[in-house]
Amino acid sequence: MHLLAAAAGWTSPNLDYHALAPEIVLGAVIVILLLVDLLADRRSRVSIPTLSGIGLLAALVPVLTLAVDGAQRSLVGGSYVVDDFSLVMKALFLLSGYVVILLSSTYIDEGEYYESEYYLLLLSSVLGMMMISSSRDLVSLFIALEFLSIPAYMLAAWRKRDERGNEAGMKYFLLGVFASAVMLYGMSLLYGVAGTTLFSGIAEHVAKAGVDPILTVAVVFVIVGFAFKVSAVPFHSWAPDTYEGAPTPIAAFLSVASKAAGFVALLVLVFSAFPAASSVWQPMFWVLAALTMTLGNLVALRQTNLVRMLAYSSIAQGGFMLMPLAVAGTTSAQGDSIIAIVTYLVVYAAMNLGAFAVLLAVSRKTRSGEISSYGGLFSYAPGLAVTMAIFMFSLAGIPPLGGWIAKFTVFRALLSAGGGWAVGLAVIGGINSVIALYYYANVARHMFMEEPPDGDVAPIRVPPSLAAALAITVAATVLMGVLPNLVLRFGDVATIVTAAGR
Amino acid sequence: METLSDHNWVLSAAVFLPLVGVVAMLLIPRSEELLHKLVALGTALATLGIGVFILFTFDYDRAGTLQYTVNTTWIDVIHSRYIVGLDGISLPLLLLSMVIVVLVLVYSLNHIPDPGNPKALFILILLLEVGMNGTFVAQDLILFFVFFEVVLLPMYFMIGVWGGEQRKYASIKFFLFTLFGSALMLLAFLALYFKTGAASFAIADLAASSSSIAHGTQLLIFGGMFMGFAIKVPMFPFHTWLPDAHTQAPTVGSVLLAAILLKLGTYGFIRIAIPILPDAAVSWAPWIGLLAVIGIIYGALCCLAQTDMKRLIAFSSVAHMGFVMLGISTLTSYGLNAALFGMVAHGLITGMLFFVAGSTKERFHTLEIKRLGGLLLQAPHLGWILGMCVMASLGLPGLAGFWGEFPAILSSYQPAPGLSEPLFRTFMVVAAAGTVLAAGYLLWLYQRVAFGEPSPEFAHHEIHDVELPEWLAWTPLLIGIVVFGLVPNLMFKLFDPAVQVVLGLKG
Repeated sequence: MHLLAAAAGWTSPNLDYHALAPEIVLGAVIVILLLVDLLADRRSRVSIPTLSGIGLLAALVPVLTLAVDGAQRSLVGGSYVVDDFSLVMKALFLLSGYVVILLSSTYIDEGEYYESEYYLLLLSSVLGMMMISSSRDLVSLFIALEFLSIPAYMLAAWRKRDERGNEAGMKYFLLGVFASAVMLYGMSLLYGVAGTTLFSGIAEHVAKAGVDPILTVAVVFVIVGFAFKVSAVPFHSWAPDTYEGAPTPIAAFLSVASKAAGFVALLVLVFSAFPAASSVWQPMFWVLAALTMTLGNLVALRQTNLVRMLAYSSIAQGGFMLMPLAVAGTTSAQGDSIIAIVTYLVVYAAMNLGAFAVLLAVSRKTRSGEISSYGGLFSYAPGLAVTMAIFMFSLAGIPPLGGWIAKFTVFRALLSAGGGWAVGLAVIGGINSVIALYYYANVARHMFMEEPPDGDVAPIRVPPSLAAALAITVAATVLMGVLPNLVLRFGDVATIVTAAGR
Repeated sequence: METLSDHNWVLSAAVFLPLVGVVAMLLIPRSEELLHKLVALGTALATLGIGVFILFTFDYDRAGTLQYTVNTTWIDVIHSRYIVGLDGISLPLLLLSMVIVVLVLVYSLNHIPDPGNPKALFILILLLEVGMNGTFVAQDLILFFVFFEVVLLPMYFMIGVWGGEQRKYASIKFFLFTLFGSALMLLAFLALYFKTGAASFAIADLAASSSSIAHGTQLLIFGGMFMGFAIKVPMFPFHTWLPDAHTQAPTVGSVLLAAILLKLGTYGFIRIAIPILPDAAVSWAPWIGLLAVIGIIYGALCCLAQTDMKRLIAFSSVAHMGFVMLGISTLTSYGLNAALFGMVAHGLITGMLFFVAGSTKERFHTLEIKRLGGLLLQAPHLGWILGMCVMASLGLPGLAGFWGEFPAILSSYQPAPGLSEPLFRTFMVVAAAGTVLAAGYLLWLYQRVAFGEPSPEFAHHEIHDVELPEWLAWTPLLIGIVVFGLVPNLMFKLFDPAVQVVLGLKG
């Protein structure tokens, strides 16, 4: 009775279905996948990977119509917002999800894994990422974060008969929930101080009441929670083991999409919830960025396994992406910081997914992730070797490949803020990009300047799905480097995020 | 800026035409080696054709003004534009780059270094040409930076794949050193842009508004650029990558490195650092001059100690680029003219020396000086060519080397106002002593390699003399060395108007 009475008083919120269409489409695809797996015959012609791929691309359609429409839409009292920034990030998540499916199809097909569950979880995680880019409220942010993390924990442990697979999932899960707990504690303090879970309300409160110790603790805890997600040093220790033990396509997914989701959350928090508390988070990001780049790079130098090297390289790249946040409170550098991070995320997604695609293609033959197994690759698989070299040098930031514009925008944000601290961090970043070149070039050295380790020079057959993934990522990496306007235009969403916070 | 000529497509064509060849070669299977050679050579010749067209349509009366300018949108969001233009400083260097690429490809017709694969080697050479040509015409700092960096990857692979014993070490060392410099240079560019509040990264915009920056900041920004350019030149004490890279690179790589890549650094000083930050340049000049003369003496002393011919030529580059930098550090039109002449002359002469070294190595399979000897008896043409290059390199009047070295020394007698005269006159004396050392090590090299009887080890070997592709590749360089030695005004009259603009003395 009570329930009914309550229900009678409840009026359904006025939902804008167009704004939610991308999420709805993806949700529907997930349900269809479930049904297909349940009802269709095991040997039926319905291909689960194809279906999931089409589903992701279908969800991209409403993203595009919303972008063409261009209006900023705010739902459920401002806690869920669809603006240009969130649309760019949604498109990035959907496209990286699509490339990950291309990477997965042969890997999962040949590995006797549970096929449909794998794609189901992958799509759920992408759905969570899409939600995170629209969340402008502590509760919706937390729900979105768990929505993306829980499937990811399971995916990381997918190779359940392998000890390292179990280690990967376990480590990721334990550290992940620990981070969630810390973050939740911070969020509860925030709610206690501000009396609202809406970012805009929190921002108003901070601007009015100033920064007090409790707020400082709250901000620090929330940021630490996401620092785990983006594997910033000293919260990075899960990443290398998880990447190594997880299925390779999932390592690619975690290092690109999941990291991007963490950065999206950090951006939204910093710009729409705590803009007035920049005295707390600017120094914090300065230290995190400097530590993350330097440690990630120095440890990457010592790696002999390509997956672990890519793991540490992805930590170091995360450090580069953190740099603009260290100056994002300076009014003159605000827009430049957002451009830098969004640009970096887009470029990084293309080049890192590409590197993993080559890794998958090569390991089909060599059955090894050791860098030394790439010896002489150029002599028997010149296409793969050149492609890998493009990704490696793009990650190192060598013009005219995409990575340079990513690094450039980061330095640009720092110098537009100016001042000794910003320039100091930029110099640390510059030195780090030189260190990084050494281990990226090391891969090229093996491919082009060494002999094949076992003398086996049979050519490598690249399955069509991997070839498609390679074509997409190479084209994106080179084009964004030569015509940076293509990507910078998407990064230029500065006004939107700040407007959403006010 | 008014349009001086409606041929403004030529510079873009000069830069990007090699890419057409690259695409064509990518589509041709690797086994068609002859076809690859022809396509690469054809592309390079077509590019040189554009260079010749520029030579005939260039307005020589206005060599100080940028010509064939294109100014169009490139990266709006960061206010960087695609601006290219050519003046009297760029023209000789652009042509040098085009000529050297053609000659290198001609030489490669029958000299493919191990492990073969002309397809990949020629694609890299053409990509390198894109970067080199682009650097000489870019008039926007970000565009300049991109072209400046484009040369790194091809050269890295050229040294690392086709190089000698220590090639892996040499190639990564080259890459790391230059990248370190360019990272700081990029930061300097960005600082310059934000501190001036200029409307774009165009060199002209930045030069116009740089005087508003505090002197201390200017010094730091100049320092950042200095690191980028000085490592590329390379100046003492940043030169250590050079001997390794030169010695290990294949012949064509050494030639390209010596003839063009080193010039990118000195060109950067003249095109960017000095005109944009003239005040900081005055403060930095004594230090640049000091490092330059240290480089001259140090390079020469190292040459005397070398036992490997190629390594000796590499160290002589350090000394020669020291003369170029000394000329630049005087900040006078006399000095800059000398420096620019020195750049072209060094490109012709040292490029030629590396060709000869490569051919010597091919015949004797060693470049160890004490195992060689009697080259004039065994291969007289090769021996005479080496002799001529050695004479040109030590600055014999009548050959091109003289006009780079002698005026550079002379210019430091009277440096620009604001610079200490006694200091620069001391530099002058030291540099003059350097020429004596240069004569010493070069003549000693020639004596040991070319004079006397062939060493017993090779006495009974059949050493063939200069062959047709070698003649084809070398004759233009030899002619250039003589012609520019006899009529230096061919280049000085091109440089001078543009140098006046760089120094702000005119216009």
